[in-house]
Amino acid sequence: MSIIINGSPAALPADPRTSLLDLLRDTLSLPGTKKGCNQGACGACTVLVDGDRILSCLALAVQYDGRHVTTIEGLAEDGALHPLQQAFVVHDGFQCGYCTPGQICSAIGMAAEAKRGIPSHVSEDLSADVVLTRAELQERMSGNLCRCGAHNGIIDAISEYNTEVAA
Amino acid sequence: MSIVDTAKSAAQGVVQGVMSKLVPLAPDSWIPGGTPDPLIRHQHGLIGTEVSRLDGPLKVRGAARFAAEVPLDNLTYAALVFSTIARGRIATLDTTAAEAAPGVVLVMTHRNAPQMNAPALFGTSATACGASNLPVMQDDSIHWNGQPVALVLAETQDQADHAASLIAVGYAAEPSVTAFADAKAKGKERGLFFGQPLENIVGDAEAALAKAPHSIDRTYRTPRHAHNAIEPHAATIAWDGDTLLLHDTTQMVSSEAATVADIFGIAADQVRVISPYVGGGFGAKGLWDHQILGAAAARVAGRPVRIALSREGVYRIVGGRTLTEQRVALGAEPDGRFTALIHDGTVAMTPHNNMPEPFILGTRSGYAADSFKLSVDTVTMNMMANTFMRAPGESVGTFALESAIDELADELGIDPIALRIRNEPTKDPLSGLPFSSRHLVAAWRAGAERFGWDARPAVPGSRREGEWLVGFGCAAATYPYYRMPGAAARITLTRDGEALIEVAAHEMGMGTTTTTAMVAAERLGLPIERITVRYGDSIIPGTIMAGGSQQTAAIGAAVIAAHRALVAELLKLAGNDSPLAGLSPDEVGSEDGGLTRIDDATRRESYASILGRAQRDTVVVAEQASPPLEQMHWSMHSYGAMFCEARVNAVTGETRIARFLGSFDTGRILNHKTARSQFRGGIIMGLGMALMEETQFDERNGRIMNPSLAEYHLPVHADVPDIDVIWTDIADPHTPMGAHGIGEIGITGVAAAVANAVHNATGRRVRDLPITLDKLL
Repeated sequence: MSIIINGSPAALPADPRTSLLDLLRDTLSLPGTKKGCNQGACGACTVLVDGDRILSCLALAVQYDGRHVTTIEGLAEDGALHPLQQAFVVHDGFQCGYCTPGQICSAIGMAAEAKRGIPSHVSEDLSADVVLTRAELQERMSGNLCRCGAHNGIIDAISEYNTEVAA
Repeated sequence: MSIVDTAKSAAQGVVQGVMSKLVPLAPDSWIPGGTPDPLIRHQHGLIGTEVSRLDGPLKVRGAARFAAEVPLDNLTYAALVFSTIARGRIATLDTTAAEAAPGVVLVMTHRNAPQMNAPALFGTSATACGASNLPVMQDDSIHWNGQPVALVLAETQDQADHAASLIAVGYAAEPSVTAFADAKAKGKERGLFFGQPLENIVGDAEAALAKAPHSIDRTYRTPRHAHNAIEPHAATIAWDGDTLLLHDTTQMVSSEAATVADIFGIAADQVRVISPYVGGGFGAKGLWDHQILGAAAARVAGRPVRIALSREGVYRIVGGRTLTEQRVALGAEPDGRFTALIHDGTVAMTPHNNMPEPFILGTRSGYAADSFKLSVDTVTMNMMANTFMRAPGESVGTFALESAIDELADELGIDPIALRIRNEPTKDPLSGLPFSSRHLVAAWRAGAERFGWDARPAVPGSRREGEWLVGFGCAAATYPYYRMPGAAARITLTRDGEALIEVAAHEMGMGTTTTTAMVAAERLGLPIERITVRYGDSIIPGTIMAGGSQQTAAIGAAVIAAHRALVAELLKLAGNDSPLAGLSPDEVGSEDGGLTRIDDATRRESYASILGRAQRDTVVVAEQASPPLEQMHWSMHSYGAMFCEARVNAVTGETRIARFLGSFDTGRILNHKTARSQFRGGIIMGLGMALMEETQFDERNGRIMNPSLAEYHLPVHADVPDIDVIWTDIADPHTPMGAHGIGEIGITGVAAAVANAVHNATGRRVRDLPITLDKLL
């Protein structure tokens, strides 16, 4: 049994209690994925599984046999920052940097959800194509807490990235 | 407080008392900042520009290693068991099942914990930083609901957590005080803040209030708050013989090393605390029981320990801001001039700590008035020791004062900004000291214009858009300029023109490393790419706490001192063959990769040339900052004018913040990019305080009821509007770089601006935070 992390296979843990988050942080030495609450309330542990954003603290690692997991460490290619990572630096979308990996992974998953037409609480028309307005971004990113108060910079960064991807 | 602590506190008070009488009388030139820092005149360098965080690429890649992420061989993982009563004794304790559980390395309780000294309480010496002075796991006594009673070490976190759940503890409860009303009934004491009583009396304010033509007299309440840094407290700890290495997340590396050394009875240089990245602090990342227990367990087990608190664990053993009950009474003439300013009330503490939430600090220099009566009383409860949280004192104090001023403005029929400007003091109203730099009126005017204050609904409750009632509110923000003693800096200059700046400071997101590099680059006349900043390590000389918004000033003054020493050393090395021969350090400055005579730029020599001729690869200097006497010579504060547009749903009572503007007067802004973020961060925490934040404390048993991020509500993206920030950018002539620290002022005044806007929108005055919808229905 194995799980593919950032393109490389890794053994699943022997202990079925091990969360995907602890597998990443404690076993695989990939501490970029953060533990903020370990109970699904803060979003710091967000990773992408086959492109979908999930909370790795609420996921048992053994459930993800054969699945592709992308963590913050897997976004930069050939040492160059992912465009969204770069946008976070330019727009000062963080202060302490602890919620940042989760915000970035979440934003990438969120953009994919929008592309698939999944509406949010603030979508006016549930069947129309999703336009990621500022209000939509704020609503869809509200599961990722930031305590330093970098919210404006985070939304600016995601907004710029989405515009560039669409262009 | 013990007799010894009281005596120490009193002695500290006497020394401060004598100094505070002499220093104001000294000529300006004797005082640090008496001659303006030459960098204030540098207008075309890096200072005042937008510089992205130097540690940014590391953080966005998830490559910054936080304390719980430091790899160590043979590591064990810790879990804690917390008491479930507020006061009493451990009557029965069964650890056999836990000891037999898979993977368990050690179960530690008061029965087998090593003997340790009690932590020295914060403020009782230059380096003491214990959040409480209770001994840690030394006997069977319980002092608060949540106190650690056992620690388990195991090979994995899951094994440790499971084994901890198998420990059975029985308690013999003793009478406890867990209700605020009961605590008040048992008697109050005047709060002591760093040895000085929290009390100021000028004239007879009660009599002036009684005969004032206009007055208001109100009580405001603020609940307990939790810092809730997204990184929970954690440490990775290893002993090497009698030397202790603590990879921690802390705002006080040097003080923590000294205090931990005392606890274990070893020399200060036998403890090294390393903390390069702090995942949010806000006052909470200090020395608590977990580092001490982790180090003790590592010693007993003979293996390294990682102790990463669960989110619940943070609530149980890390204190937050305490609750306050504040009275503000204002007497005024018909034109609005204050004749009486009364601000007093009560806060809760424990018998083991010394943080009497000093809510009058901002009031002391806020407004002119004929008479003052200010005080903070404390009562004690059996609870987790409360501590500093962002703008301790001012954040909650400005809620009461600035709400009351709004109420008085309403009563007088005067615009609330005009009322504040009418009471603007020309010198410090209590100390009589001149202000070092106060341009609050300019901040009010600029803010009012940018916000469009003149469109404020004149009558509360009069503007409705669909279901939404719309209102504007404002409040003043204030926080002192602080600079603590003990800061130092070490500069290593190389022959190829690179400089290493070392300061025992901290980066928890303020942008300290980036601004330090910017300032050092300008001070040394080098490009920023040639500057490296090393910090967050207790082996670096000096003590620089990330607290009181003082790091920027403390580092600034230390680098000024070290730079002066560097210039002196370079002049010595330059010798008689240099164009600089015969000049004194006062005649020479750094510019363009070398030293230049200040009034004659033709006399210069590059660092490379000086070091080359002296056949030196490096020059190393370390120097202490000047003593921070400027704070006793001038009244030194930062200011702000806060503006809020609130929309309250007339059907549900839900409050949304549509717009917020902070207009600041905080000296010269060093890095516009990170400064804007810090101001916004403070404001957003203030919005949380205004609308949703409360640590719910069960008054029956002293248990915190919402120890999770699901039940303690923080502002999320959907709650945060675009926050506009402007600043006067007027340099304070008496501070390093003309700057003030800005980490805390952002939260002050915010809750009042929101409450005042809610009143303007609805006609309802909420004096009890947070402003939840039930209070508006």
